[in-house]
Amino acid sequence: MAKWGPVASINQTGTGIRLPNFCNLGVMLRSLVVVNLLVAAGAVLRAPTLAASGPEFMSLAAGAEPMLFVSLAALCAARPALHAMGYLRSIVAVAAFELALSGLVARGLAAVLPQSTGVSWMQLALLTLFVLGVTLAYFDLRSRALSPAVAEARIQALQARIRPHFLYNSINAVLSLIRSEPRRAERALEDLADLFRVLMADNRTLVPIGQELELVRQYLALETLRLGERLHVRWNTDTMRADALVPPLVLQPLVENAVYHGIEPSEQGGEIEIDVGIAEGQLLMSLTNPYPGGGRITAGNRMALTNIRERLQLHFDAEATMRSEVKDGQYKVIIRMPYIGAAA
Amino acid sequence: MSLAEKETARVLIADDEAPARSRLRDLLDDCRPDFPLALVDEARTGREVLDVLNREKLDIVLLDIRMPDMDGLEAARHIAGMPEPPAIIFTTAFDSYAIKAFEVNAIDYLLKPIRLERLLTALRKTRAAPPVSREALDAAANLPRRHLSVHERGKIHLVPIPEILYLRAELKYVTVRTAQREYLVEESLTHLEEEFGEIFVRVHRNCLVARSAIGGFERNADESESGWAVLVKATGEKLAVSRRQQHVVKQFR
Repeated sequence: MAKWGPVASINQTGTGIRLPNFCNLGVMLRSLVVVNLLVAAGAVLRAPTLAASGPEFMSLAAGAEPMLFVSLAALCAARPALHAMGYLRSIVAVAAFELALSGLVARGLAAVLPQSTGVSWMQLALLTLFVLGVTLAYFDLRSRALSPAVAEARIQALQARIRPHFLYNSINAVLSLIRSEPRRAERALEDLADLFRVLMADNRTLVPIGQELELVRQYLALETLRLGERLHVRWNTDTMRADALVPPLVLQPLVENAVYHGIEPSEQGGEIEIDVGIAEGQLLMSLTNPYPGGGRITAGNRMALTNIRERLQLHFDAEATMRSEVKDGQYKVIIRMPYIGAAA
Repeated sequence: MSLAEKETARVLIADDEAPARSRLRDLLDDCRPDFPLALVDEARTGREVLDVLNREKLDIVLLDIRMPDMDGLEAARHIAGMPEPPAIIFTTAFDSYAIKAFEVNAIDYLLKPIRLERLLTALRKTRAAPPVSREALDAAANLPRRHLSVHERGKIHLVPIPEILYLRAELKYVTVRTAQREYLVEESLTHLEEEFGEIFVRVHRNCLVARSAIGGFERNADESESGWAVLVKATGEKLAVSRRQQHVVKQFR
């Protein structure tokens, strides 16, 4: 078994764990929560009585909030420069920036509110470093905790995402073609090889959606070989841009679920609808398939959904969503994520 | 039914995928010099298998497990109730549940893609080994059947479970009552209760009533020890509730 190296993603691009992407809404919200919790804890400690901790929090927040907002804006703006530095150096740079900022805030506060709480510059500097340390440690732990999920994605890709059911049935279908239609058999084996190349590849970095859709087409070609007339697919990709970046294997496992649960259990088959489009800076993907219901309950479906949800969260945090619904005998999965062009 | 040596075996292929059927055809052709056989027909669902069985005499069914409409396992359970059932050779590409259940219950199966030698061995085995027992198939199945099979004059007739109003044990048989008519099946009421416990409720030692068929309860002191009888919705029949099952009345009222 290979040793899993550090993780790359949108939050931590390149190699190694890096500063989180402070432009990401989820990261901003998490920073807000962590910092304010620490400020609240400080307020409770400083206040002589519990009732006094409310006003105390307000006066501490008067200093903390401007610093926090300025910091988040600066960290978002300086992101490329910070990423170029490497993790350790970027932390030192951020700490220096925060110290300078705390000096400014201390002066500003003294000027605006001369008779305020009387926190000295030294105190504020130490507090700032403490809050910064806790916040960065939190993000560091979080990305370390989530990284095994990505590392395992490769193993899961083989164990859960491509069903052995599909693999063996496809090989069986190819075998049936070899005597009668050798050319179709060749084509099918090429598709199968491409599919497995992606499954076994390092799937930690984002890929253009055009590439993912090509994979889905190859997969569907193999399923059509087996299911023939029973499988119909409707594509709706007019408003799509092929350069939009998505986590690899974000759609193929869902299409596989759709075939397994929506088409195979029906004698007449059915139609799978794949919609991909861009609207208001968001990439929208949805997949609809008939839902005959009943039958054997498989863990495969949930496993694929959980896996995709985890990877979406890792790459986009709160900015990506995935939900599924059953309506009028149709099962639908909808994924929404920020549109990021490959060129950007 | 075991075949005499050198007699031509009448074979049916059952698989919902055309390429899988074509592959089996090729393999059966290859088997022919060593194992005389005739391909009688092909089926795409379990129900089609039973249809063919009602028309043709078969010796061997090559039965895929995962098929739409009626899967191979349910078809096999209906076939096993026939007086002279054909031998069944299960085939599957991958079905972790079925494979485990088959291993536990010592039911043979072939994994797709199937090798010629394995197929030939399985075909030869049908001449010697007894057919898979109904008990083993029931134990291997994880889902209740969607039909009961009635065997009348060598034909299999399927009664969909939702159409059944009640099941009543009578000596060797169980009477299956639908809104239209009655059938006799050779099953045990206890097993039926285990299999369809969610659909039927026991009102008497000898009677299971479909929950959906219960129209109400009536005081009926003469015939019933508990003093209650179930009113069957579609037919208006009254079935005695035994004292032991009297709690059912409360449950539904």
